[in-house]
Amino acid sequence: MSYRTPPTTPRKSATFDDYTLSEIRRAAATGIYDIRGGGAKRRLPHFDDLLFLGASMSRYPLEGYREKCATNVVLGTRHAKTPIELKIPITIAGMSFGSLSANAKEALGRGATLSGTSTTTGDGGMTNEERQHSQLLVYQYLPSRYGMNPDDLRRADAIEVVVGQGAKPGGGGMLLGQKISDRVAEMRTLPKGIDQRSACRHPDWTGPDDLEIKILELREITGWEKPIYVKIGSSRPYYDVALAVKAGADVVVVDGMQGGTAATQEVFIEHVGIPTLGCIRPAVKALQDLGLHRKVQLIVSGGIRSGADVAKALALGADAVSIGTAALVAIGDNDPQYEAEYQQLGTTAGAYDDWHEGRDPAGITTQDPVLSQRLDPARAGRLLANYLKVMTLEAQTIARACGHNHVHNLEPEDLCALTIEAAAMAHVPLAGTTWIPGTGGC
Amino acid sequence: MPTLDLALSSLRDLNGALQTHTDGSNDTAFEVLNPRGQHAVAVGVNAPVTIDVRGSVGYYCGGMNQQARITVHGSAGPGVGENMMSGTVTVRGDASQYAGATGRGGLLVIDGNASSRCGISMKGIDIVVRGNVGHMSAFMAQAGNLVVLGNAGEALGDSIYEARLFVRGDVTSLGADCIEKDMRPEHHEALARLLDDAGITGVATTEFRRYGSARRLYTFNIDNADAY
Repeated sequence: MSYRTPPTTPRKSATFDDYTLSEIRRAAATGIYDIRGGGAKRRLPHFDDLLFLGASMSRYPLEGYREKCATNVVLGTRHAKTPIELKIPITIAGMSFGSLSANAKEALGRGATLSGTSTTTGDGGMTNEERQHSQLLVYQYLPSRYGMNPDDLRRADAIEVVVGQGAKPGGGGMLLGQKISDRVAEMRTLPKGIDQRSACRHPDWTGPDDLEIKILELREITGWEKPIYVKIGSSRPYYDVALAVKAGADVVVVDGMQGGTAATQEVFIEHVGIPTLGCIRPAVKALQDLGLHRKVQLIVSGGIRSGADVAKALALGADAVSIGTAALVAIGDNDPQYEAEYQQLGTTAGAYDDWHEGRDPAGITTQDPVLSQRLDPARAGRLLANYLKVMTLEAQTIARACGHNHVHNLEPEDLCALTIEAAAMAHVPLAGTTWIPGTGGC
Repeated sequence: MPTLDLALSSLRDLNGALQTHTDGSNDTAFEVLNPRGQHAVAVGVNAPVTIDVRGSVGYYCGGMNQQARITVHGSAGPGVGENMMSGTVTVRGDASQYAGATGRGGLLVIDGNASSRCGISMKGIDIVVRGNVGHMSAFMAQAGNLVVLGNAGEALGDSIYEARLFVRGDVTSLGADCIEKDMRPEHHEALARLLDDAGITGVATTEFRRYGSARRLYTFNIDNADAY
């Protein structure tokens, strides 16, 4: 009778998983780092790790369909003569014409306008289509200064000085040659078809003392009318927010590492910056320590997907949130209807992130005239408006359940955490306990 | 000529007066007294007026200028004429760093020296410096002309795009992808026009060397990684 050793199941390494192995092979074959769009894809502590407690004995809820729960927000009340008034606490984040098609930018403007909120330009200047279809348009002031001009500054509703973004704190923009069409090249004063790599820091100021003077100049050019935002990538939120306030910001935008980019190195996206969840409480504390919480408004972005995420961000102290990736998905990005074409590109719907290559089947992250025409800006704008409406209704539902008649009345006390990591980052107790890890510092 | 005294009135009053100039007004020449190093003097002006600033200014004087002819009778802090679109900004003294940064049009003349990063990210502006320019000047310069009658510091024209650089003196070093190029007849002609516009006489265009982009870094190639 023969004896056969029982075989063990083939086991793959958790450290060297399939993706890691494929990346090593790709790097060995090409000699160049991987570039992609989007934000961090790794599992991170996030809003899913928080829960609302709801009302019970100590608090009473509001009737879902009878008692009002307001959602309006005013941004820029600190210094600007003309603050921005939004109907909902959800704005559309900066995304450039160049990285996105003109139709996509128009769709974002249409959707935001239907919803009573703002949209934002990007690292490529302001297009007429975007201005025309955006009732409230925030004009980004970036290190590259592509297309920057005083006429567009004056016709903007607010100015956002971009210091960094969550996907790549410390990095500049990137737009590869496939997307530098004639129009994009002209707007950016660049040769057509080059691989454009924007500067990572501003050309005429360094540090918060200089920024204070730069903001003074922008206010003087625009007659002190426009709210001035300062956008920072998630890095050292307590100190960065305090310094942005010191520099004179009316509004501070904090973008966590789940926030997307049009294109940068994969290693940058996944390994630089901190999660959105870890940004909010330090940012709020900085404002509170300065006595300016709710006076300098805080916008949080990076991985906001639902009304629950909105409500959690507001409960932690934000005044509004901003969405980019989710807005693109709402208007058709990574739609399974194009699965066959995604397969041809070597990917699948839901995973497509080679936005820099400009071959987006959905016609969004492309400058290809044929692909761009696939996106109907009017229809896509309605899709975005629907999505924003759902998010707002969801946030209101939660706020009422917690007994609040305005979404801004949500507070950390309404929350608990499912994990120790989330409890420490959000500074709320682990569910069923009074334990808040890490409360020794900010 | 309206006189605006910054010892007596605020910066907002000054810029507001300059920015609200309307066509048909007889007041087309302004004099600014006592700038005392204030920042953002005469920014965002969009009218064909003449502005004489009697003294030295801080950051961003003449920022985003359109049409105006601004003269600083003193020295200028960082970012003089930043992102200017048209018109002329003249500095009778020296200029600090970032002079003419991201400028898209018009003419910036600096009678003295300019510090580091003169013409950084310039996008169509013409800059004429009678003295020297510091390191990293014309960094990522996209379009326009930088004329230097003196010397240029280290890493001139680093990562330059299509801007043209004319230097009469020595260049300490050239930045990544910046090379010396031939002075063809059209370059002599353009340089002569720039010198004339800046009011500079008695200098021959043959005394200058031209620098510009080798265009080797326009598309990313792993073989060029050592260039950075």
